[in-house]
Amino acid sequence: MIELDRAGRSFKVRRSLKLKGNLVHAVCDLSFTVAPGEFVGYLGPNGAGKSTTIKMLCGILTPTSGRVRVAGLDPSRKRTTLARRIGVVFGQRTTLWWDLPLRDSFELIRLLYKVDRKVFKTRLDELIETLDLGAFTRTPVRQLSLGQRMRGDLAAALLHAPDVLVLDEPTIGLDVVSKSSIRAFLRRLNAEQGTTVLLTTHDLGDIERLCRRVMLIDHGRLAFDGTLDELMATAPEQSTIEDVVTRLYTGSR
Amino acid sequence: MAARASFIALRIAGRKADNSWLPSADPRAGPGTVRHRAITLRRCKTIPLYARLVRYGFRKHATYVWAAVAGAFTNSVFGILRAYILIALWQARPGLAGYDVTQAVTFCFITQALIGPMQLFGTGLAIPERIRSGDIALDLVRPASLLLWSLSEDLGRACYLFLVRGIPPMLLGAALFGVTHPAGPGQWLAFLVSFLAGMVASFGWRYLVSLSVCWLIDERGVGAFSLVLTILFSGMLLPLSLFPGLLGELARALPWAAMVQAPTDLYLGKAPVLETLAFQGCWAAALLAAGALGTRAIRHKVVIQGG
Amino acid sequence: MVRSYFLLAWTWTRAAMAYPASFALTTVLGLFVAGTDVAVILIIFANTTSLAGFSREETLFLYGTANLAFCLCDLFVSNVDRISQHIKAGTFDTMLIRPVSAWIQLATDRFLPTRAGRVLQAAIVLGYAISALDLGSGRLWMVPVMIATGVVIFGALWTLAGALQFVLTDAPEVTNAFTYGSGQLTQYPLAIYGRDLVRGVTYALPLAFINWQPALYVLDRDDPFGTPGFMRFLGPVAALVLALLAGSAWRLGIRHYRSTGS
Repeated sequence: MIELDRAGRSFKVRRSLKLKGNLVHAVCDLSFTVAPGEFVGYLGPNGAGKSTTIKMLCGILTPTSGRVRVAGLDPSRKRTTLARRIGVVFGQRTTLWWDLPLRDSFELIRLLYKVDRKVFKTRLDELIETLDLGAFTRTPVRQLSLGQRMRGDLAAALLHAPDVLVLDEPTIGLDVVSKSSIRAFLRRLNAEQGTTVLLTTHDLGDIERLCRRVMLIDHGRLAFDGTLDELMATAPEQSTIEDVVTRLYTGSR
Repeated sequence: MAARASFIALRIAGRKADNSWLPSADPRAGPGTVRHRAITLRRCKTIPLYARLVRYGFRKHATYVWAAVAGAFTNSVFGILRAYILIALWQARPGLAGYDVTQAVTFCFITQALIGPMQLFGTGLAIPERIRSGDIALDLVRPASLLLWSLSEDLGRACYLFLVRGIPPMLLGAALFGVTHPAGPGQWLAFLVSFLAGMVASFGWRYLVSLSVCWLIDERGVGAFSLVLTILFSGMLLPLSLFPGLLGELARALPWAAMVQAPTDLYLGKAPVLETLAFQGCWAAALLAAGALGTRAIRHKVVIQGG
Repeated sequence: MVRSYFLLAWTWTRAAMAYPASFALTTVLGLFVAGTDVAVILIIFANTTSLAGFSREETLFLYGTANLAFCLCDLFVSNVDRISQHIKAGTFDTMLIRPVSAWIQLATDRFLPTRAGRVLQAAIVLGYAISALDLGSGRLWMVPVMIATGVVIFGALWTLAGALQFVLTDAPEVTNAFTYGSGQLTQYPLAIYGRDLVRGVTYALPLAFINWQPALYVLDRDDPFGTPGFMRFLGPVAALVLALLAGSAWRLGIRHYRSTGS
């Protein structure tokens, strides 16, 4: 479903007014495959290249080297075709329209994705029920609480029934209740509909409760790729997942 | 004034600002901090506070270098286009309004240079935003006048924009078409005083427009209204002496004439100095007085509404 | 493409019409703001009967044709030049994950139907100029052609302005000089400008084809700069070339887009 072959993305960073800049490799020679139906956690310290990877997956950034395929498509060349098959959620910012009520945002999405009105209605009702959005569909997005907004964002990303769901820190800043309801929803989505999910997070609870497979990226390179059990096995017995990840983060520095 | 502010700002450029003692505009500063600072403030003299605010306003805008360069470029392009229109008009009517062609071109570039400092498009003040967010209550509890506070910052901003967005188009105009300059130090001085008076008048008007947000649901109406009046009656499109009949007389008597037409006339030496300065002074004083009344009114309103 | 454009624009229109009083007010005020340009022309012609050999009605004809095209683009395309704000706010990323071209989403984002007031104002001026000039009906076919040409050229300019902002994210105002500057330039007979400037806007940036060249044909006048007669009909070609250029610049911009933040 997702395929990266020695993909890389570098940026020219200019310091103030100087014309010549340094080349910074945000992602470097990254290769991995995600099979359909997998639920993968994508970990890494801040600035490791997680967001860059995700942006390459949905076609926002064009890779400077290597090959990226999502659902068999080259994201940067077939961005709009791919968009119908992929759902994206950014935890740090909303993909909804700030001044519009949630319902109008969904309507815009229906138009953008050309979802059939009837199909849309059933899906929306379903999502409103499972994500418990009923109470605030008429509220402008800017007035929603973070937890409400995130559930709205999730619904928006799923209205067109994508095969792949990419989540960039979906639980950031959420309270315990919101977190667990979102986790339960994602687990059901993956299990019942077979949606492939790639999730970045700093919350190791997300990883423990959701992901069968974990990938760890650091300095733009893959530092670990395996199951959660394999990850735990790299450390002495009785270590918590925090210990393991801390070791990996600091050890690779 | 302009020269002094720029000199100071150039000297301190790059050094970290030492204005930590100023009452902060930061909404997180609690009432305790404000009170504490109020005591310090009363001890210091008032003039240094406002002088420092001028500096601060100047520096605040100096951080947006690229925006200013872009503004200078855009001002230059529009200046050139406007200059051609005026040249064509003066070729058809030599000596119109007592200007020759070079003076008409000079008029065009001076008025372009005044767009930034007089903030002819939009208010350029943070007040509407702060009224809408309710932060204005914090500004009002300061032991310094909101009017003078904003005026000082605005003068700093105006000086910066004049230097960075005003002078380059002027130089370009001089290179392309040739412009005149004041005949002697007296005329330069008259222009500078008039420029300052124009800035105060412009601020006075924009301050009133900004305060009006407090009583309106949709402030865009007043904004657009102010924009049309300012563009038409300040003289930034055409010299006001070209306006026919009553319209012309009206335009020359309204406050907007004090912002662009008056300083430009004094630069070109086309108007009696004292009379023009008195005209500007009257409008500046009247607008500031209205602003003071307006401040009192919003203070009252904010107190009643509880912020 | 066209369908998604209008569906999106309609959604924003509906949102704007939720406040009818404000909607009506901004429409009317837009009319007045745009009216200042006409006021300038009228004041100029209160002082002279001809400007560089062109009468008041001829100038209003040029103003009307250029401004009608300009205001149509202002209504339908100009939001594209807010791209730098979207890039800075990160909302441009969101547009790129949608299955509709980013250009269409930008152009319709916060679509302001109230700008239609300006289109109306331009149309009124043009209508007045055509009736006052008493033009022979034989050449009037050129008027819709030149307006369509103008719309394409201005639209291409705005697209170029947007593409340029991928590079000039910190100084988007530079692009105003090209878009709004072109709108200002074409309001007057090009005869008033210097020869080099007119050459530039004929052969480099084809602004002369928005209204000047075709208008010379409609008004049945010779070009004071002496360009050959066939140039009057080159507008659509120039528009097409500029549009293709703008399209590739836009695509290049998207390919080299560097998303900011996390």
